[in-house]
This record gives sequence, C-alpha cells and structure tokens, in this order.
Amino acid sequence: MALQDKDRIFKNLYGFQDWRLAGARSRGAWDNTKALIEKGHDGIINEIKSSGLRGRGGAGFPTGLKWSFMPKSDPRPSYLVINADESEPGSCKDREIMRHDPHLLIEGALLASFAMRAHACYIYVRGEFIRERERLQAAIDEAYDAKLIGHSNIHGWDFECYVHHGAGAYICGEETALLESLEGKKGQPRLKPPFPANVGLYGAPTTVNNVESIAVVGDILRRGATWFAGIGKPNNTGTKLFQISGHVEMPCVVEEEMGIPLRELLDRHAGGVRGGWGNLLAVIPGGSSMPMLPEAQCQDLTLDFDTLSKLKSGMGTAAVIVMDKSTDVIAAIRRIAYFYKHESCGQCTPCREGCGWMWRVLQRMEKGEADKSEIDLLFDVTKQVEGHTICALGDAAAWPVQGLIRNYRSVIEERIDRYQAAQRQAAE
Amino acid sequence: MAVRRLDPNQPTSFAFTPENAAWAKATIAKYPPGKQASAVIPVLWRAQEQHDNWLPEPAMRVVADMLGMAYIRVYEIATFYTMFQLSPVGKKAHVQVCGTTPCMLRGSQALVEVCKRRIHHDPHHLSADGNFSWEEVECLGACANAPMVQIFKDTYEDLTPELFEKVLDGFAKGQPPKPGSQIGRQASCPAGGPTTLKDFAKTGK
Repeated sequence: MALQDKDRIFKNLYGFQDWRLAGARSRGAWDNTKALIEKGHDGIINEIKSSGLRGRGGAGFPTGLKWSFMPKSDPRPSYLVINADESEPGSCKDREIMRHDPHLLIEGALLASFAMRAHACYIYVRGEFIRERERLQAAIDEAYDAKLIGHSNIHGWDFECYVHHGAGAYICGEETALLESLEGKKGQPRLKPPFPANVGLYGAPTTVNNVESIAVVGDILRRGATWFAGIGKPNNTGTKLFQISGHVEMPCVVEEEMGIPLRELLDRHAGGVRGGWGNLLAVIPGGSSMPMLPEAQCQDLTLDFDTLSKLKSGMGTAAVIVMDKSTDVIAAIRRIAYFYKHESCGQCTPCREGCGWMWRVLQRMEKGEADKSEIDLLFDVTKQVEGHTICALGDAAAWPVQGLIRNYRSVIEERIDRYQAAQRQAAE
Repeated sequence: MAVRRLDPNQPTSFAFTPENAAWAKATIAKYPPGKQASAVIPVLWRAQEQHDNWLPEPAMRVVADMLGMAYIRVYEIATFYTMFQLSPVGKKAHVQVCGTTPCMLRGSQALVEVCKRRIHHDPHHLSADGNFSWEEVECLGACANAPMVQIFKDTYEDLTPELFEKVLDGFAKGQPPKPGSQIGRQASCPAGGPTTLKDFAKTGK
C-alpha cells in the first residue's frame, strides 16, 4: 500500500507553500519542541533507536546507535555536523529540504544536538548550493529571532547553529574529509579509528549526520517511534525521499515508504519508464556508486537497504537512475568513471592512479578499441582499488565498473568484435 | 584529481572592500578562537565574488595573512576545490554544464556542443568579446531536473539545446531569465503535476 499523505514528513517538498517560520509552524514544525526536549538526552536517543531510523546519507547506519557513541561526560565540547554536501550523482533531495522546508532541519538539529549534549552545530552545504545556503541561513536567522535557538532560548538548551560551505569537492561528503575541510584544509579523509565520536571536529567528539536523517527527527519524536517503525519493512523502516532521474517520463523527487517496489515507484510518480516498462535496460538504484541492476533483476525489486545489498548493489541515497534501451551502457559507466577520476582526492595511490586508469580503459572499450583479455584485467584492477584506500571513494569508483562487467560483458565483447571486424575490413 | 594551476597573468594586489572585510570578520567569529582557518573557504569565496568571479593570487595571500595561515596552505585550498576559478571567466556569464551520467542520459552533451559553438571550442577560455566562458562540471545535485547548467549563483534546469540558447541570449542581453526549470515545472515536482500532497499544492504562493 502506498504511503498516505498524512504520513509524509516533507509536506513542502516542492515549495508550493511558504518556507518561512510561519509556514513551517502551520505544517507542524516547532510545535511544543520543549516537550520533546523534556524526554531527556537518553530518552530521545532511545526513541530514535526504536524508530529504526537508518542514516539517509548512503551507508544506512542506525542513527540512534550512532548518537549513543557520543561521550556522556567529556571536558571537550561536543559537535553535531550536518552533511549537506549532497554530491552523489543522482541525489537531489537535501537541496529540496534546505530550500523548501529548512525549519525541519533546524528543529532536528536542535533535538539531535541536545540528545548528544552538543551546544553547537555546523551545517556543511556543498559550495554549488548557493541559493539553498542563503535560504537556510535566512531560516536560521528567523529561528534566532524567535528565540527558538541561540543563547538562553525558550527550549532551555543553549544551541548555536552555523552554516558553512565547501567549494566543489565530492570527497567532502565523506565524513572525515568533511571535518578536514571544515577545519580549513584540503578535503582528504582521515584514517579511522579514531572515529569522529571520539576525535572529530577540532579534536572533539563529533557526530556527522545527513540532512534527511536530521530533518525527520522532529516528526519521529512528535509522532512516536512506533509510527515511524510501522512504515516500510522490518529493519528498513520509515519514509524516504526517492529521487528519480534518467529515462523516465517525468523525473521527480518524492517521499515514499521504504521498501516500495521499483516499478510502482516509477509508474506512480514518474510516469513510468520512457517507452514503457519493456524498454527498461537497467537501473542504478542508489546513486552512481552503486552497481547497476539489469532489467531482469528489476521486475520485482523492492527498494530498501537489505534487499539491495543482497543483490550486491545498495540503497545509497535512494537516487534511482533509470536507463532505457537506447542507453550506451559502456558510455554511461565511462562517464561515472570520469567522475571518480575527477573527484579522487589524490591521497591514496590505488584510487588516484586506479580511477584514471579505469576511465582510460573504458574510453577505449566504449569504441571497442580493446582486447577481450582487458575485460578481466579491468575487473582485476577494480579489485585492487576496492578495499585498498582510506575512504570508500575507491570502492565507489570500482563498483560501477564491476557492475558493468558482471552484467554487460557481452556488450563489451560485441563492441570489441565489431571494432576489430571494421579494422580488418579497412586493412583489406 | 584535476591539474589546476594559477594563471600566469595576475594583478599586482588585492584588497577587500570595507563591507567584505567586515563580513569576513563576522564569518571568522563563527568558529572557536584559534580555529579561524575554518573560514578559509568562505572568505576565499567572497574574494572571488569581489574579483569578477575569479580568484587571483594576491587575494590568496591577503586571506592567508588574515587567517594566520601559511601561503602554501591557502594555495592548496584554492587549487584543490574546483569552484575556485584560477583564471578570468566571462563577465556576463560563466556557464557550468553538468555532464555527469544523470544529466548525460538526458542530453547534456548537446548543451556542451552549444557552448563549444557559441562561446569557445575549449572550456575555461573566454569568448571573443570576453563576456562568456564555460566548463563541464561534475554532478550539480539537480538530477531530477536534468539536464541543467549553473551560471554564477543560479541554476537553469530541464533544458534542451533550444531552451539553453534562450538562456544564453538572456545573459547576452543583460536580462537573465528566471532561474529554475525552463519548462515551467515547480522545483522537482513531476512535470504533470504533483502525485502526492495535492492539497498542499493548491494554496500555492
């Protein structure tokens, strides 16, 4: 059964209504937030734990559990850092939250900071989101003016909320690279451990959460963990912003329940696959890092963390990239490989060198200008990149190429055959 | 990684306007004492905005002195983060065409061809009149409105080559079109109208 409007959290997703404080209040935000604070630090964390909320930034780690890693008494200040560096190709949901419902994020930031005993929060917005940043700052200013946040605010928990921004580096979406960048350095990931909960921003305990994970906190606490846990599937609960792009009739962002069947999602909200379901070639279910799933696996596919990881793909940010039969699948992955080559921070050799290498080989394979033995060689190189780097960018670069070879080896071989035949003909 | 170097032709000096200097001071105050280096990206960004949307080397030194950072640390920032333009860009528009796969699937390459024809064959070069420049950038995070471009602070979405030409015409005339979807869509709502929360779409404003 499809998600009912009454269960949707993002009621102003498209900005039809007022984003300002008055509008947000009319939709239920900032409604007796004091009562939520009164649940206490651990009360809030337990509620989020039992709601089953899993991080919306891609990895799907349980949010409440992550919060519980923060020290309860520590002489250092604690920080909440919100990751608004939305850059995963296919993802465009945090943008909608920041420009159309910013108060959900600010209220969630207060509640999450209180739960983790943090008095300050930095929201790291990707550099390109200039208008979104301005909008978010304006909403924060409103919240300060209304004494909802700030020093001695009406909620009784001193809380400062700052907007920070990057300047065009995908890697800063990785949490430790984000912290480096926030400290004024190049965004190069840190080795873990120590984890940010122990040594994070400025060496102090820090939790980094995605925008959507924080923006849903107010509604979960207000309506109760059982409400949220009752939506979706076991271990994959709640509502989720899906972003549908590529070859559909009407691309869009929409809030649906976790575990919705892919076909239902596309048909109900995006007007279906361009040229009908039969014209589907493949889907990248969770943003460009996730391996693609060919049409045969899409028939009864449901979109949730567990189902997709069983298929050796992933939920990621729920950015569904649809490709129809007109797609040159090698070119599509070659472009993703270029993306990772461009965005590698250069710190680890396997990623810095490997990403460029994979891209260059794919460029040749796209034309068929390769030897068939290079397909296995390419696969082997992806395995040498995967798991051999400090952060997951190496994995993210390797997986789409692996997905291509696993599912479309015959397409690559056929292209090579065609190229070689053309060469022979030219030589005769 | 992208190879990015400073422009060989640099102005001799750079100074913030009084307003921007005051803004920088307020920005530095957002971070704890001793952590003023945190402000490096926002302050460099302000310098770029003040300097015709590209970042000259003297500005990097001014910012480094302001934040108590070694010059090399600020050069690192300026060359690592690709939104810092290290050479002059078009006065009327610097066009950033998103070329990553979601936009590519919906025809971004045709937008690049328009840039090549109308502005310059190569990215990061000024058009003959100095008013335009372009580059292909990585995912700009508006995938449900692909293909799209960003020009300075705003995005222009749901483009076709024809609609894109109109956008460029607007900038050439000094009358930029309304940002956002160029086919009249409301943000990332489905083109045919919302499939959810229809009650909330009625009382629009």
